[in-house]
This record gives sequence, C-alpha cells and structure tokens, in this order.
Amino acid sequence: MAAIEPMEQFLVKKVLDLPPVPLPGLGPVDLSINNSVLFMLIAAVVIVGFLAMAARRELVPGRLQAMGEMIYGLVDGTLTGAIIGDRGRPFLPFVMTLFLFIAILNFLGLTPLVGFTATSQLAVTVTLAVMTFSIVLIVGFARNGLGFFKLFWPSNMNIGMALFLSVIEFISFIIRPLTLAMRLFGNMLGGHIVMFVFASFIVAMGTFALNGGLASLGFVGSALSFAMVMALLLLEMVVALLQAFVFSILTCIYLSEVVNLDHGH
Amino acid sequence: MDINAAKDIGAGLAMSGMIGAGAGLGILFGNYLQAAIRNPAAAAGERSNLFLGMALAESMGLFAFVMGLLIKFT
Repeated sequence: MAAIEPMEQFLVKKVLDLPPVPLPGLGPVDLSINNSVLFMLIAAVVIVGFLAMAARRELVPGRLQAMGEMIYGLVDGTLTGAIIGDRGRPFLPFVMTLFLFIAILNFLGLTPLVGFTATSQLAVTVTLAVMTFSIVLIVGFARNGLGFFKLFWPSNMNIGMALFLSVIEFISFIIRPLTLAMRLFGNMLGGHIVMFVFASFIVAMGTFALNGGLASLGFVGSALSFAMVMALLLLEMVVALLQAFVFSILTCIYLSEVVNLDHGH
Repeated sequence: MDINAAKDIGAGLAMSGMIGAGAGLGILFGNYLQAAIRNPAAAAGERSNLFLGMALAESMGLFAFVMGLLIKFT
C-alpha cells in the first residue's frame, strides 16, 4: 500500500501551462494557471453568476433573489450596519465580497475527489489579510490624518500607564494581518488533515480486516471511522461558513475602529 | 539525537501553546453564553466584543502554531 500522505491534498499543481510573461521591473514571471488559481476563478464565476441571477429586482422575489437578499441582509444587518454603524455603508461591497469569496472557496474545498481548498494556501490568506489591513490603514489616514495615532493612545490614564499600554496596543495592531491570515489558514489546514487521517483509517482498518479471523473486527473500526468522517464533514461545513463570517466580522471591527475614531464608538 | 527528531519533538511541544488558547476560548464563549441567557436583550450588542476577544485569545494559539511551523520547516 502506498504511504499515506496527508499533506498531498494541499500540493499546488499546474493545470494550464502558460509561457512566462515578462513584467516591467520583475523580469519573466510564471503566470501559469495552477489549481489554486483555478478554484479561485471558479469561486469568482460562481459568485458573479449567482449575484447576476439574484439581482433581478422583482417586486415578489423568486428563490434566488430571496437568497441574495438574505445574504445582503446578513452582511448589512449583522456586519457593517451593526458594527461600523451608519458610516459602514461604503464598506458593504468589500465586506460582502470577502465573505462570499472565502465562504465559496471553503465550500469548494469540501467537494469530494476534486476539491482543492485555496484558503489552505498561506499565499491566498495572506493576500486577503494584507489587502484588508492596507484598506484599514488607508481609510484611517484618509479620514483622520495624523489623528489616526490616537487609536493607540488610551484616554483617562496617567502618562506612564498610557505609554506602556500604547506599546501593547501598537503591537496588537501590527500583528493583525498575521493573525487574520493564520486563523483562516490554520483552520482550513487542520480540518482537512483531520478528515484525511480519519478517511485513511477506513482503508487501513478495512484492508487489515481482510486477513480474516479475529482481524475482521477491523470492519467495526472502519465503520466507526466512516461515521467520524461524516461527522467531521458536517463540522467542516460549519467551520467553512464560520471562518468566512469571522474574517469579515474582524474586518468590520478593524474598520470600525478607524472610521469611528472621533466618536468614541 | 537526530536533528530532525529533535525538530519534530520541538514542534510538537510548541503546539502546547494551544492549551491556553483552547481554555481561553472556552471561558470566553461560556461566559458570553451565560451573560446572554441572563440578559438576552443585551446579547446582540456585545457580539462584536465577543469576536474581538476571540481574535485576541485565538491569536495566542496561532503564535504557537507559527512557532511550530517555523521549527518544523526551517
């Protein structure tokens, strides 16, 4: 039997080989389509297609339109509206894009046999996190100017304590893109490895049980592992949606801090 | 000792930082649920604080995870 390799499912493979494209300042860059890019493209097509069909603007919504309105209501009601407040409207497209993109990528990763989780690639999650962080920085400086640094300065405190706390606040601000990226990456990687390990138990115990005699008790273990994989798959579906939600809720919290800086929100 | 074996042991030990993150998340969500049952009207308003606390508590576990990866793969 071939060695069981739980990390093999995260390998990035080329799907479509393209010649290297010379870019100014970077030299030739390999822009081949690999499976990570392919699944991100599929996610983009799914989202755009769904929203194009959902946004019919009929007075009595059909099934798809009702679903689209529910997702919009979720993002508007519990994310941007509830956390950022009235000033959160301009950020709704960004937050909704993040939420849908991550959720669809996570769900595509759970497809049996062909699934590849693009969010289990650190390159993808770091890109999303750095994009979020730079938007927070740009919005913060554009809205508050140098008053942005008030974010790190706790009010109503004596100067020594405030100095100490502002250092801690600054560090916890700087590590945000790292934790944002690692949370999504770690959850996806860990969940898929655990599922793979239990799935490999099914095969290993089943082949062991074929020896006959007392070893056929292995079928029980095999069946238990199968039940465990089903339960884990359900858990992973919850996690897929929850991590997309957590990513967008944290984006909203970080945006709210800089948008409502003068409000004491 | 073989350096790769030592690395594996070190990476495994670094993962014990997850204990704290797990306990922290349990305390956080447990207390939130307790407070939400006692005063359901105030529960929705504190949800953003809940997730902020979750981000902070989980980031400690993620540091352990990063250290584990660094030890294993560098």
